[in-house]
Formats: sequence, structure tokens, C-alpha cells
Amino acid sequence: MTRLNSPEKLECARKDIVSRIDPTKPCISVCAGAGCLASGAAEVIAAFKTELDFHGLTTEVNTKGTGCPGFCERGPIVMIYPEGICYLKVKPEDVPEIVSHTIKEKKVVDRLLYEDPATGTRALRESDIPFYKNQQRNILSENIRLDSKSMDDYLAIGGYSALSKVLFQMTPEEVMGEIKKSNLRGRGGGGFPAWRKWEESRNAPDPIKYVIVNADEGDPGAFMDRALIEGNPHSILEGLIIGAYAVGAHEGFIYVRQEYPLAVENINLAIRQASERGFVGKDILGSGFDFTVKVHMGAGAFVCGESSALMTALEGRAGEPRPKYIHTAVKGVWDHPSVLNNVETWANVPQIINKGADWFTSFGTAGSTGTKIFSLVGKITNTGLVEVPMGVTLRDIITKVGGGIPGGKKFKAVQTGGPSGGCIPEAQLDLPVDFDELTKAGSMMGSGGMIVMDEDTCMVDIARYFIDFLKDESCGKCTPCREGIRQMLAVLTRITAGKGKEGDIELLEELAESMGAALCALGKSAPNPVLSTIRYFRDEYEAHIRDKKCPALSCKEMIAFHIDPAKCKACGSCFRQCPAEAIHGGKKLIHIIDQEKCTKCGTCLDVCPSRFGAVRKISGEPVPAPVPEDKRAIA
Amino acid sequence: MSEINLQIDGKEVVATEGMTILDAAKSVGISIPTLCHHEKLEPYGGCRICTVEVEVRGWPKLVAGCIYPVEKGLVVRTRTEKVDKIRKVLLEEMLAHAPDSEELKALAQEYGADRDRFEKHPSFCIHCGLCVRYCAEIKKKNAVGFVDRGSNREISFIPEIAAKECWDCKECFPLCPTSALQAAYVLAGALMTPPEEAHSGGCGCSCSCGSAPEKQAG
Repeated sequence: MTRLNSPEKLECARKDIVSRIDPTKPCISVCAGAGCLASGAAEVIAAFKTELDFHGLTTEVNTKGTGCPGFCERGPIVMIYPEGICYLKVKPEDVPEIVSHTIKEKKVVDRLLYEDPATGTRALRESDIPFYKNQQRNILSENIRLDSKSMDDYLAIGGYSALSKVLFQMTPEEVMGEIKKSNLRGRGGGGFPAWRKWEESRNAPDPIKYVIVNADEGDPGAFMDRALIEGNPHSILEGLIIGAYAVGAHEGFIYVRQEYPLAVENINLAIRQASERGFVGKDILGSGFDFTVKVHMGAGAFVCGESSALMTALEGRAGEPRPKYIHTAVKGVWDHPSVLNNVETWANVPQIINKGADWFTSFGTAGSTGTKIFSLVGKITNTGLVEVPMGVTLRDIITKVGGGIPGGKKFKAVQTGGPSGGCIPEAQLDLPVDFDELTKAGSMMGSGGMIVMDEDTCMVDIARYFIDFLKDESCGKCTPCREGIRQMLAVLTRITAGKGKEGDIELLEELAESMGAALCALGKSAPNPVLSTIRYFRDEYEAHIRDKKCPALSCKEMIAFHIDPAKCKACGSCFRQCPAEAIHGGKKLIHIIDQEKCTKCGTCLDVCPSRFGAVRKISGEPVPAPVPEDKRAIA
Repeated sequence: MSEINLQIDGKEVVATEGMTILDAAKSVGISIPTLCHHEKLEPYGGCRICTVEVEVRGWPKLVAGCIYPVEKGLVVRTRTEKVDKIRKVLLEEMLAHAPDSEELKALAQEYGADRDRFEKHPSFCIHCGLCVRYCAEIKKKNAVGFVDRGSNREISFIPEIAAKECWDCKECFPLCPTSALQAAYVLAGALMTPPEEAHSGGCGCSCSCGSAPEKQAG
């Protein structure tokens, strides 16, 4: 592969690639993102290859594994081009039908299309599906168009044109100016304006500077960066090189967590391909600008997503945060100025350069410009990745894009911002998604994790879950974080076990205040899940402590299962399936749960036929005494 | 070195560039409590007992006095209600580990900390890191290090290094603000384990994958 040593050569190469693409040639794109692979995408791709081979169509039809388009709930997703037909939940056994009907006879396989649950109408294309229709997919939309391992695919859609523009038509100051005008804010958590870090670093006198991609995504339930780096690694690399040019850095790092092996593989491949064609290395595109980049695999510590801890880890030491009274943009890796931005932030850079800051600011709000990708998970109909303009309301994301809560359950709260964020209740759902608004509500944008919870979720237990997560993930260096989390967990565990005491809420608040003295942002924000649940769901805490009642009927140690003697028909389902043998039953005898033996697994409730509905969960009240032996017979 | 004027607890202070709030306060006789600070060692900022309130562009902020560099016009308050409350909780949390530490007991009296507020945790160590840092920075031996993360973090001697280096040194013992016993205890455990055995039980590095000497004694 020859190196492209001028912008003209790049455009020639691009023309050549595009000319070889026949837009009328059928192409089967199968999502090969982590979610779809887990639900069998690799087998689907293999089945297509075998089937096309069987029909002698291998040369006439292209097949590719692409990046994640986001609708993970309905994976594996298959797109048929040029028609743009979108098939969902495709299994290898569906493949022969797709090939014979859609590819050969140009007919649609109706049953694989999206069906609107309310109206029953089917959607042919991605853009007709409500999940997609209500999004603004500036970044994510590229994923399904690309074979994530093919650099030609990226070049075909205009890849590296922003880099070429920057190197030959713009000064570093102009690049900085464009990013400043776009007001691109960091997508990884705090929302710090990207240009400020860039400018601070550029102005630092030290000639050795670094640019770094933070791909150490660790929030429970978050996978935005994963989808981007796995699906479109070149866009992140291009953004990084542009940033390096603006800042004056000649070396970069991509810090990827090792739990993302496909991301590691794809970004390494992208760097290799980019080096071969002259986008990385000495004298990029003949501009005289040099830039090299290394991939560093994280060792699995959540805290390494924090900038100073990540930099300490890059240096080869234990990933612990260090005080940032002097910004890392001035004194970072090996004390050199280091610009660290998150994957999604870098992915926005080429688009801002190509389409302009004005285009970028046409999306979003005045303070939070552009779009933001969220991973929508939990009790939500459409689990997946969604990209929306900043400023849309949480309600729109959850109902219009997410399709609401499944199973007819009631919405309770949405947790944003991961372990550093907070829970937002129903009353705040009309809040616009915006860095500053979410912070005001006691949560934060964070990297974009969004966990939806329904009425069955206990908010005290959710707070306990996040603090338990942080107990292992805090680095343990400073007292307020390490010990504060330890004590908070003890209090929350006590409350969820029905042993809460008066004064526990105040103790949690006091501990939270002391954690304001923590060394890094992770420690300072660690109490957020607790404080936000106290703020919005104080009544649940009080019910646990005072009435020994879990209102969501979720905390195991505070609930009991009971069979209503008036409703039990002695069908024996629960009796047979109870794994603890805790149910006394018999032919035509009212069944009784032995509370001593019961492990509260809930099997009896699940298996009791709905027409009887005899089993119920109770909390905060004594279990009714069992029916006396002589009254158990059912007539 | 340029002079920097700042205010600490209402007193005008003239400091030089590169000084920390702790240094500047000391120069005018204002004492800020410390536990993990040591003149010979790199500033660490781990115990946070030196937390003070500063005003940055009109906003109050909590910072660690032992590492925060002095700035022109900085306003520092070392004993606000908030600072005292935080120090009290931090002391109570540390007293759960080392209830008999003289240093902690003295500070507890000053800040009204209740030594029995939290359930006792049998570890002595308050993670000041003095032993770890002294061994690494001054002795350059790295015979003692931190293992694990979060609430499970603890100090541990590395048997292979400790067996060679520690018997004739033990300079870290008196540095410990809680109880030198802990260090001795861990060390003894490490040395009692024959090297081969230590090796078969774990990888020999400072990760906690096995052969943890304290388990034998416990």
C-alpha cells in the first residue's frame, strides 16, 4: 500500500475507491457490534456467505459486518442495500429466505420487519422506525455504512478529508478557533470545554505534548464509546490527529479498557492501515506534520477513567488519581502537557472541521451544543444506543425513542451519569438533557449511561448498588472516598436489611459532606447516587427505617411471600417448583409457605397461574398466621 | 523566587512561589494538622486531614493544604465549621481502624471526634502511605507496597524483597502514625514464609493473588 503524500493523491485514491463501488450492487450489512455478536451476528454472517455461495451469488452480492447502529434490543440487525431494507432479530435460519426472496426476487420478508406494537404497521426502512425517527444520528449513522475493519469504506464516505483540510488549509490557531466556536464540551463526564484544554496545552511552553483518547468506559450499563471505537475507529483516529495538529503534539495515546477486545483489535488495525497510507507517522500527507500513536490497554480499573489516574496508568504505575491543582493540560503524562478527551468528543472533531462550527451549534442548546449519545438500558422497551440533540427532554428519550416501560409498569426514575450521577424522578422528566441542567437536578450528564427504573426498583437498594460498585472501584488512596464509601455501604446495607436506625439518613448526609474533601472527582461525586435518592425518594428511606417496609417490595430481607387462602386452588404449581421445599401442599389442601424455610426467590409468585393470583409479596406488615390444619381442605 | 501575597485565617502572609498552603501557614505560626505529610517525602494528599477552605474567584473550595500551591490573592480558611466537621468525620473513620493511636487520639480531642462512632475494623492501617513512600523514595527498595483497591486496600511487604532488605532497616516502623506493630506483624509473616513456598502461593509481585502472609497469622 503506497503512502499518500499529498491531498491530491488522497482525493485520487478516494475517487478510485468510490469508482469501484457499484451503487446498484446488492449489499448485505450485518451489525457486528458487541450486542449483535452476542445474539448471534457472526453465525448470521456465516450463513449469508454459505447461502450466497450456494446460489452462486458471491461475486454479485457484497456481505459485510458493520459497526453498531444502536438498536441492540432487536439484534442481530441486517440491512439490505441499495433498498435500505432493515430486518431485525435475524437468525441463521432466516437467511435462506432473505436470499431467495429479497436478494433474488426483490421481495420483502414481512415478518422480519419492525412492527409497531400499537398500530401493527410494519416499517421497511431504518428511518421509518420510531426508535430511529426520533434521533439525530450525526455520529452513529456512519456505523452501519462501514465495515469497521475496512479503511476503504471510511475513505469512501469522505474519511480523512477533515485531516487533509486542516493540514493544508488551516493554521493550528484556525482549528482551535473552529473548535472554540463550536463550543464542543467533553463527552466523558464533566463537560469541560474541549478548546480550553487544547488552548491551555498549546500555550504551555513545554515542547513535548501529548493527545490522548479516553476509551476506558466503565460506567455500569454504558457502551457508547465501545460502539464508536469498535464500529468507526478511523473517525476517532482522525479526530485525534486533528487535535494533535491544533495543540502541537506529535505523540498520542489511545487508552482502551482491555475488556473491549474488539475495540483494541479494530483501533490497532486502523492505526496500522492509517500508517500504511500516510495518515500517521512522519510527514503526514506530505504536510511536514509528524504524529505517532500508541494503544494502551487498561487493566480493568474503573478509576482509570479519571484523567489523572489514566495518565498515571499510562506512565506504567498503579492507576491512582493525583491532585490536579495544576491542570493535566499543562502537566500531565510524565509532567508534559497532555490533552485528554473522551472517544465521543474526538469523534465529533472531523465533523466540526468538515461541516463547520455553525452546523454543529445548530444542534443542541446554547450551553450544550451538538448531539449526545446515550446508552439506554434497564426497564425500557428499546434498549440500545441513541443519539439525540442536546436539549431534548428525558421524557422524549424514554418514551419516543425508548418506547416507554415494558410490561405495563410505571416509570420510577432514570439514573444518568453512572456511579457519579444521580437518579431523576418522574417530576423532573421534562428536564432538557444538557450538561448544566442535569447537574442542577443533582445528577450529571456523565459519559451518557441512562438506566431506566420502574416501580419494582427500590431506590435505597439502587444507592446501595452504586456504593457497593464504588467500594471495589475507588482506588483507596484518600480517606474520605475509601472510608466514606465503606461507612456509607454499611449504613445502606443496614437499611436495606431492615435494620435501619433513626439518624441514618443524616449520617449518610454527613458522610457525603466529608467526601467533598476527596482527592479526585470520582470521590467527590461518589455520594451523588445516595444524595439524589435521598432528595427525591426520602419517603422510601423513611419507610425502610421506620416502618421496616420496602415500598418497591424488592429488598429481600424486608419482604415475605404469602399464599392467600381464599384464592389458593391447590393446583400444586408452587408446591412442585419451590426450590427450597418451603411449601406445604397436598391434594385439595390450601397451600402454605413455611416462612422459616422460604428463601424469597419468588418462584411461587412467578408460577402461580394468573387466573388464581394467590401468591403475593408483602412488606412492612406481619405475615398472616397460616390456616389451621382443620380448615385447609378446599371443598 | 517571586513573592506571593495571600491571606490565611485573616492574616496577610508573604510566601514564595512553589510553597504549599501548609508551608505558608507554618511560616506564620498557623498549624494545620497532617498525618500523611513528611518533609522528606513527595507530597501525597492522601489522608485529607489537612483539608482547608480556599476561595477561588469567589467560590469556596475544599483543597488539601499539603499540596495546594500558594497563589496570589488566595484566601485560605483553616478552621471553618465545614472544615472542622469534615476533619471530625475523617478522624472517626480512621479511629475505627486504629483506636489507640496517640496521634489520632490527640486530634480527636481537638475536633471532638468520637472514637467509637463507627464499627471497629481490625487493621490498624490508615493508609497514610508513609512506610510505602519512605521505602520507595528514600530507601529505593520498594519492599512494602499497597495491594488491592478501594476498601480492600492494604499495605503488604513483598516477601522476596523484605526477606533481604528489612531486617537491617526497619526505618519505616517509627513513621507509622498508628502502630508500628502492624508493620512488624506483616513483616514477620512475610519472612516466615520460605521464598519457594511464597512463590508457589502467588506470583511474587505486589498483587494480592496469593501467599498473603497476614492470612497465616490471622
